[in-house]
Amino acid sequence: MSALLRVEDLTKSYGRQRGCTDVSFELWPGEVLAIVGESGSGKTTLLNCCAGRLEPTGGKVLYETRHKGLIDIHDMSEPERRFLMRTDWAFVHQNPRDGLRMNVSAGANVGERLMAVGARNYGNIREAALDWLSRTEVDPDRIDDLPTTFSGGMQQRLQIARNLVSGPRLVFMDEPTGGLDVSVQARLLDMLRDLVDRLGLSAVVVTHDLAVARMLSTRLMVMQQGRVVETGLTDRVLDDPQHAYTQLLVSSVLQP
Amino acid sequence: MRDDTIPGEAAPAPESGYNFAYLDEGAKRMIRRAILKAVAVPGYQVPFASREMPMPYGWGTGGIQVTASILKPEDTLKVIDQGSDDTTNAVSIRRFFAKTAGVATTEKTEEADIIQTRHRIPEKPLSEDQIIVLQVPIPEPLRWLEPREVETRRMHALSDYGVMHVKLYEDISRHGRITTSYDYPVMVNGRHIMAPSPTPKFDNPKMGDMPALQLFGAGREKRIYAIPPHTEVKSLDFEDHPFSIQTWEEPCALCGAEGVFMDEVILDDEGDSMFVCSDSDFCQRRRDAGHTGPAAEGGEI
Repeated sequence: MSALLRVEDLTKSYGRQRGCTDVSFELWPGEVLAIVGESGSGKTTLLNCCAGRLEPTGGKVLYETRHKGLIDIHDMSEPERRFLMRTDWAFVHQNPRDGLRMNVSAGANVGERLMAVGARNYGNIREAALDWLSRTEVDPDRIDDLPTTFSGGMQQRLQIARNLVSGPRLVFMDEPTGGLDVSVQARLLDMLRDLVDRLGLSAVVVTHDLAVARMLSTRLMVMQQGRVVETGLTDRVLDDPQHAYTQLLVSSVLQP
Repeated sequence: MRDDTIPGEAAPAPESGYNFAYLDEGAKRMIRRAILKAVAVPGYQVPFASREMPMPYGWGTGGIQVTASILKPEDTLKVIDQGSDDTTNAVSIRRFFAKTAGVATTEKTEEADIIQTRHRIPEKPLSEDQIIVLQVPIPEPLRWLEPREVETRRMHALSDYGVMHVKLYEDISRHGRITTSYDYPVMVNGRHIMAPSPTPKFDNPKMGDMPALQLFGAGREKRIYAIPPHTEVKSLDFEDHPFSIQTWEEPCALCGAEGVFMDEVILDDEGDSMFVCSDSDFCQRRRDAGHTGPAAEGGEI
């Protein structure tokens, strides 16, 4: 078995500003990797570079494609990359409005990826949309409603349905539970963990919430000022933090 | 005022002080280059330096510029507005070219060398030596779903058109069928998705494999695109909701024609109406040939 995603010495700078510096890691099939760190530590920059949404300044992002083996996604042609992004990959934004088409119905949102890769049978598209709405616990009766009429939690679940409908192998999530209240967050996490488990997805999850990392991920990467300061199994890092910053981070969590 | 634009008659000498067909030769050459490029890449929207024309945007400034640059002194011009030869837009454009170019004008489809039209293709099939020029308000078929020009251009470049079906999906999910009835998106030559200007979808099948050259001009949006003769044009659809054109239950009230595009004409304020051919030349010629419809037989008209 080989790694699904291999990142080598990834660096991204915005002029003199450093986004992330010399990050390397491997993601294995079925593994969920969480990236934690404070605001401005380069988590989202790293995620965007890995997901092909930002051009890195240096380093490589290699992805194990289904047919051509390990390829640097930034060397791919744009049509190839676009195709990959809407079939093999998924990207869940923190704000569902960034990931959804707000002016078309929930069903069309879920069906878009299918239509983009050539599905031309309305009945089948609708069936898939209904199936995914129920799998993400959105009431199937709302299939023809606009996402603007949905609550925040429903919008986020709809965004997840829209992403998973194409059967991706790798999911990128940027603060998937940000901006949701704790009970909705808990339900969403439960659902995500279940889906990731059942579909055998690999995922890279960016979060600043250590509880989310604990719940979803198998491995954890701690970032500070654009560098990875500690990495290891999630339980090990959270229960026995080695780096001073990780210790600070873990001890800063409020207990109700 | 002297009406010097009676169709079918050769117009008198053009007004002095204008270059032939209003535009200067440099501008016409620029537009012809855009047209050549458009013909070379069927369905691709070629940007061009649209000129100010002596009429407002929305009155066909794009179509007029295209017509002006392909017009020759010996050509005969026909102008249609919503199928009709005698509505405001058609009359003013016909008068414009009669005055500035001195070309002959006609209402008869087969006599015309160039047909400039707003939103209809004549019922009578066009031939290889004719050119049809369509006026386009919004040339970008993806605009409804993607407001960013940079992004729509990239979508065209990469043939990334999945989103177009999202619009049709929305139609079916809301109304049970595809309700888009005009400006119905088409795939040209298997490569570019194109807005056929707001022609009714009834005319979409005519665009495919048409012997005449079809040119599209959008003046405000500064785009020209084309369908060369005998090019494949396919209306988008779903397997289980195939493309279909409008049909009418009754024949034309005046000429009895069936299977043509009809306008509903309100007759009084008691809900009475009749359906007549939208193509006024087609209807008139049928009546001249002795065909009559229900209203004409009843002696009401």
